[in-house]
Amino acid sequence: MNAAHANVPYEPVFVGPMKQKLEALYPKYPTRQACLLPALWMVQEARGWIPEQGIAEVAQVLGLTPAYVKGVVTFYTMYHQHPMGRHVIQVCTTSPCGICGAEETLKALLQHTGCQELGRTSPDGRFTVVETECLGACGFATPVLIGNDFVESVTPERVPGLLQRYA
Amino acid sequence: MGYPHPSHPKETVVLSKYFGDAGARTYAGWTERGGYQALKKALGMAPDQIIEEMKASGLRGRGGAGFPTGLKWSFMPKNDGKPHYLVCNADESEPGTFKDREIMRWTPHALIEGCAVAAYAIGAEMIYIYIRGEFTEPWTIMEKAVAEAYQAGALGASAMGSGKRIEVVLHRGAGAYICGEETALMNSIEGKRGNPRIKPPFPAQAGVFALPTTVNNVETLAAVPHILNRGAEWYKGLCLSSPKSTGTKLFSVCGHVQKPGNYEVTMGTPMMTLIDEMCGGMRPGRTLKAVIPGGSSVPIMNVAEAKECLLDYEGVVAKGSMLGSAGMIVMDDSTDMVRVIMRLAKFYAHESCAQCTQCREGTAWTVKILERILAGEGEAKDLDLLLDLAENMTGKTICVLSDSCAAPVVSGIQKFRGEFDAYLSRRRAPAMA
Amino acid sequence: MSELVNLTIDGTPVSVPKGTTLIEAAKQAGVLVPHYCYHPSLPSPAVCRMCLVEVEKNPKLQPSCVTTVAEGQVVHVNSVNAKKARESVLEFLLINHPLDCPICDQAGECELQDYVFQEGRSGTRYEDYAKRYNPVEDFGPDVLYVPNRCILCTRCVRFMDDVADEPVLNVSERGDRAYIGIDPAHKLTHEWSGNVVDLCPVGSLVSKDFLHKARAWDLDKSASVCTGCSQGCNITVETRDDAVVRLKPRPNLEVNRHFMCDTGRRDYRWMNRGDRVEAPLVRQDARLQATDWLKGFEALAALVKGANGPVIVLASGRASVESLALTKQLVAGKSATLAVQIPMSKDAEAPLKGVPNLALRQERAPNAKGAEWLGYSKDWSAAVSAAKSAALVLVVGAELSDAEWASLRGAKAVGVLAAVDALGDEVAQVVLPITTVVEELGAYVNRDGRVQRYWPAKAAPGMARPAWWVAGEVASLIAGGDAPQSVEAAFKVATTMAPQLGGVSYSELGFIGRSTAAAPAGVA
Repeated sequence: MNAAHANVPYEPVFVGPMKQKLEALYPKYPTRQACLLPALWMVQEARGWIPEQGIAEVAQVLGLTPAYVKGVVTFYTMYHQHPMGRHVIQVCTTSPCGICGAEETLKALLQHTGCQELGRTSPDGRFTVVETECLGACGFATPVLIGNDFVESVTPERVPGLLQRYA
Repeated sequence: MGYPHPSHPKETVVLSKYFGDAGARTYAGWTERGGYQALKKALGMAPDQIIEEMKASGLRGRGGAGFPTGLKWSFMPKNDGKPHYLVCNADESEPGTFKDREIMRWTPHALIEGCAVAAYAIGAEMIYIYIRGEFTEPWTIMEKAVAEAYQAGALGASAMGSGKRIEVVLHRGAGAYICGEETALMNSIEGKRGNPRIKPPFPAQAGVFALPTTVNNVETLAAVPHILNRGAEWYKGLCLSSPKSTGTKLFSVCGHVQKPGNYEVTMGTPMMTLIDEMCGGMRPGRTLKAVIPGGSSVPIMNVAEAKECLLDYEGVVAKGSMLGSAGMIVMDDSTDMVRVIMRLAKFYAHESCAQCTQCREGTAWTVKILERILAGEGEAKDLDLLLDLAENMTGKTICVLSDSCAAPVVSGIQKFRGEFDAYLSRRRAPAMA
Repeated sequence: MSELVNLTIDGTPVSVPKGTTLIEAAKQAGVLVPHYCYHPSLPSPAVCRMCLVEVEKNPKLQPSCVTTVAEGQVVHVNSVNAKKARESVLEFLLINHPLDCPICDQAGECELQDYVFQEGRSGTRYEDYAKRYNPVEDFGPDVLYVPNRCILCTRCVRFMDDVADEPVLNVSERGDRAYIGIDPAHKLTHEWSGNVVDLCPVGSLVSKDFLHKARAWDLDKSASVCTGCSQGCNITVETRDDAVVRLKPRPNLEVNRHFMCDTGRRDYRWMNRGDRVEAPLVRQDARLQATDWLKGFEALAALVKGANGPVIVLASGRASVESLALTKQLVAGKSATLAVQIPMSKDAEAPLKGVPNLALRQERAPNAKGAEWLGYSKDWSAAVSAAKSAALVLVVGAELSDAEWASLRGAKAVGVLAAVDALGDEVAQVVLPITTVVEELGAYVNRDGRVQRYWPAKAAPGMARPAWWVAGEVASLIAGGDAPQSVEAAFKVATTMAPQLGGVSYSELGFIGRSTAAAPAGVA
């Protein structure tokens, strides 16, 4: 975990343009609650993860309770409940990729990012590598999601070059 | 064209015609390629006519269950005065399946057009396309395509100038396989945990926001414009075996073949034609060992079954498995089946929503037993236990995730028992300090 | 009358209204389908899968909590398939369960323990795999969450979401990592949140107040009515070694369904007070001296007979219909003012939103309506101030403040029927020991005019007797005739005094009471 995040005071996300962006969604759904997943995505995009205060803010904005929102956040694995590195690397290791060398790719990623362990952020704060279930690109083993970049056919050999693109 | 490989002569290229053709992604490009003619035509038809056309075509749901699409649409209430919804299931997460991703990446307007036709047919003005959170690239492409379709007037308050309102909203998932289950998906759109719902009520009565809803898979909807353009008879004629399985089907082939990728074939094509000819066969020096034909949730097939299998709904069932989502995982003789099965079980344990007892506890327990066997510490009785747990996990829960975990375990033990026995007999003595 | 559907459950034919669930229909057939997530006062999620039953012609077992009856259905609760399914659910529930029954408060009243004993496997097949472990969590003023015992039935979450309308609980995470989560900034402080402890079918949510106080099998239970307010929630008083250790809601679908509020739940310590009046006391030589009942009766009879002027009765709001009636009879013929003590809370009513007409009321006494019907005034301060110059003040169970007691020195005579020692000793000529609600039989009338009985839960101390018996005996000394010797006879006296009670037969009240004609429209 990144200790630096702990002392940063929470700035509300839904002000100014972000507030407008959220409010633009309201007419698309018959309930406010339906905007919950999009709202959580916005918090994560703004803060890199979803802190407790973010949960409280989303709850307040959408008229839900923090407990309810927390239940939803913890259901979906793409919402980060802890601070992450600048680039979150999700590596598919489910069977179809598993039989095509995904474990080796994962090892290479852990090594070359300096993360060493799953879920841990690299000492330079750049990366966090997590194992993920099927990324839906099994014909392109091993697919890796780096931030929002979906990279196909990642082999251990490609890893060092790939990582260079991310500061 | 074809992506990532050029189309094979034995493919029947309908949905995948423009895979790899970036020019097809734009509204202009799509209309140049004949796009939005079907929507125009549909808006001039009575909704029931469209539904009849779908029924006549024999189109069945491509998401996994294979339910007749026209029949599903016909379940929607008529003149009930309530808003109706069309939900497009683009939460493609079934291990081995990656066809919807290509449809969205290359032919986003095919999907939008199919959605619009379906919405009109079922009396819906609002369409939610639920795209899994990991599909960042398809999301961006779809977002652009939807914006263009609005700009061109294909969507909006008067779709194609018809006076009919048709709106498309993209909804992003956030990492939950179970949201591919239609009732879980509806909960997820509503801003809830993606827990599958008890049926009844069925979506056509009380779906998303408790209103009449039809949920269709991406591939199903993408096929709709082609059927309207070329007629139900044409689609029905695309059939090499069972008359109950018509049209073309995208097979996502992955694993140990030379050329993994998506292949579009006429229903009833022999499995080995797909594997050996289109996919280039197995890797050099390797032989086929097993196939999971319909995404990881279906029973594993051995070589004998695969060799005789015809690829349609009935043909795969006849060989002991299911067509499912047509995500084919092909494994060669280097594959450790016990490890494959453990990893699949782990997938289901990770994705269980936690509602039903059998699934929440059973999937995780199954993993523990398989891990122990892999560690060389299993006991002979473990296999009977796995089979009994699988029986207890099958047919007893709200959705079929639990059954899906059980299927590869049961078929794996039945068909590849020797590999389990090898692990059990190599049982190591306790390490000495 | 709604349409009836005929079906057969484990060989027993039953007819139930259309729309009834199989689990409820089975009760009609005398069959309890084992279940966890289902609760008749909560929406059913059908997640525990314990209540699966076999329905003929249906290939899959059906969850009986959400499957409704159909004409001609043949249902098997105890078929081989259904039993195997239940056995497997129990096995799955136990693999991560700590099996810490010896230190678990729920042991003895645990539905997991009961059903495992009834139809679970005798041994485990889980071998030596690690069990899920999460630490105990503080969920609020009176609730602890022991996650390791949790079976994720979600009753607690649904109660807070759908009944209390205060969603502070959730299911967090998924798969076998799931647990019940709580908003750290908003714990279970809702007035009705204690119900989650009762709803929990296992020992996962436990009461701090009751923690390790008693084993379930050591408890004696009596049906009673909560005295915390005028709602009249039906409760069970649970005692251990003759001391009340907890109050639990007792189902009454027309009053409190399955619930009670935390104020009512906490309101039991006074029932165990040790400073009780245990014998009739009569003032002799400037001191109250213990004596026998007859001398006590005679002393109070003398006070009543001797009262030439206004008589003021100050009665407790916890006094039964019977005690209030016999007290009224005792002062019949006098110029009497009857008053009842109804503490009024400054807090607003605390409703349980999901249940119509259920709230912690501002009137914090159980029998305000009964007192009103029997002619007792709620204007307590007027009565107390009139008492200062009365010929006789009769205090019946009421707890007066020091100042109020002191003000009674102005009265010519003071007679007290009391449960606990109080300053009344200094001003009274006679003090007679009476029982409390947990030591006697009696009835209350709730705010909606519903007459409900309660039963004794513990022994009365010393010579204490119900106030109605004491008043009746004294009245018969004065006016002759037989004093009522049963609570039913005493109730009959009340029915002659209050027209609203006219048609009420004591024996028909049963355990859930009945509404009188005086009940307001729309209230069941």
